[in-house]
Amino acid sequence: MYAVFKRELFSFLNSLMGYITIGIFLLACALLLWFFPDTSILDYGYAELNGFFSLVPFLFIFLIPAITMRSFAEERREGTYVLLATKPLTPLQIILAKYAACIVLLLFALVPTLVYYYSIYQLGLPKGNVDTGAVIGSYIGLFLLGNAFVAIGIFASSLTKNQVIAFAIAVFICFFAFSGFESLSKLFEYQYFETILLNLGINAHYQSISRGVLDTRDLIYFITFVLVFLGLTQITIGGRKW
Amino acid sequence: MKVKASSRKQKVQSLKLKAKSLKQVFSYHLINKTTKQPNNQATNQPTSIFSIFDGMSIQVNQLTKQYGAQKAVDQISFEAKPGQILGFLGPNGAGKSTTMKMLTGYLAPTSGEALICGKSILGDNLEIKRQIGYLPENTPLYTDMYIREFLMFVGETYQLPNLKQRVAEVIQLVGLTIEQHKKINMLSKGYKQRVGLAQAIIHQPQVLILDEPTSGLDPNQLGDIRTLIKQLGRDRTVILSTHIMQEVEALCDQVIIINKGKIVANAAISDLKSEYQGHTLEEIFRKLTN
Repeated sequence: MYAVFKRELFSFLNSLMGYITIGIFLLACALLLWFFPDTSILDYGYAELNGFFSLVPFLFIFLIPAITMRSFAEERREGTYVLLATKPLTPLQIILAKYAACIVLLLFALVPTLVYYYSIYQLGLPKGNVDTGAVIGSYIGLFLLGNAFVAIGIFASSLTKNQVIAFAIAVFICFFAFSGFESLSKLFEYQYFETILLNLGINAHYQSISRGVLDTRDLIYFITFVLVFLGLTQITIGGRKW
Repeated sequence: MKVKASSRKQKVQSLKLKAKSLKQVFSYHLINKTTKQPNNQATNQPTSIFSIFDGMSIQVNQLTKQYGAQKAVDQISFEAKPGQILGFLGPNGAGKSTTMKMLTGYLAPTSGEALICGKSILGDNLEIKRQIGYLPENTPLYTDMYIREFLMFVGETYQLPNLKQRVAEVIQLVGLTIEQHKKINMLSKGYKQRVGLAQAIIHQPQVLILDEPTSGLDPNQLGDIRTLIKQLGRDRTVILSTHIMQEVEALCDQVIIINKGKIVANAAISDLKSEYQGHTLEEIFRKLTN
């Protein structure tokens, strides 16, 4: 399993595509956060990263499917999935290895943004006047959100041989899971439906973690979310034995 | 200059090796023929000089694969022993690749069963996968990797000990020594085929399943790969599919001809020839599949 993980990670890092996707993500973050006046922290005037944390989920909706789209789609198109499947590996091991590799890439995209925290820390008046607890909470939230998106992306990639289709499906599911449920909940008059739908969406849980309170309910939500999508992937991959 | 001299030496050495192995093949072939001939009318069962191994390494029983209304493979049964090279013949779309994929556990059969080294292929049995070396059709490889890196990766999935040494051995065995530092997508088709073969034999499997191992090779490469397969077939079971009749005659102890998913012939080559007196294998093939 470690072998597959390593191969997956290195093949991404050895290709230009990896650097371009992560590079564009970081570029977009930087532009939106520091240059474009509508969203710029400098214009905003407060030493906090809330803008960043409400923005990144939407960038993730595009970044993560771009990372995950190749995982199964490419293997099936090139026929190399046969190679993996006939090695002494269970489908679950293959899925988990690919999942883990994508998570590491996600961390590679996320870690450089810690610079923003440092900048804000330095720019604060007085210096260091930042709500560090909220930032840590938000990063944990982002990480969990990324996990959920990666699971979606891997699932979408297992559905098709075509990477573009895998990307499109993943973007749609990510978007819907993130804010679709929330918008849907507004359709209903009854409070009961509204809260259920609201809680099905990722955003509610993400917001709750971002506040700096790590609630076990939110944690369980994200874990379940990931397990459901990896389970679905297991079904589609296992079902290829038709 | 030094480098040149050493590479020349290498070439001479590899030529010597080739000559040696060719001799071996010849003598092997002769023994095989002489031992087979007296038996050819007595039974339909193949008798190989390796009959000391009484365990069948491949047993296929009523294996069927159905896609919708079409039966790609229709109740085929056969057996193979260690030390036997089994040729799988048939027109395109006859069900050769499907059968092979089922034997590797990649495709699940609709019905029927197959045993590899006495264990069923049904379910995800990792032990069986360790016993099988598989070269898929069209040789899919991770083309963004270097040869050595790729073979290390394959070896790691089998958790082989002394992997570095084993990779070096395999590279030498399949004749990739000169190319070993290249990326796979830089290789010509023949060399890619060798990488495919290398990944199939790296874990020294009991059963080798090769799906068209020689398609698209030039005559020189053909010779090399055949010699290699012949060598490999000495102490394990090899199943290979091909369209080339000479290849079957040069390599295989036994042939199975399938047409539209059904076995139409399963016999030793000498038996087939004596049954259809005076016909070449190609004519027999045409007769049976048309």
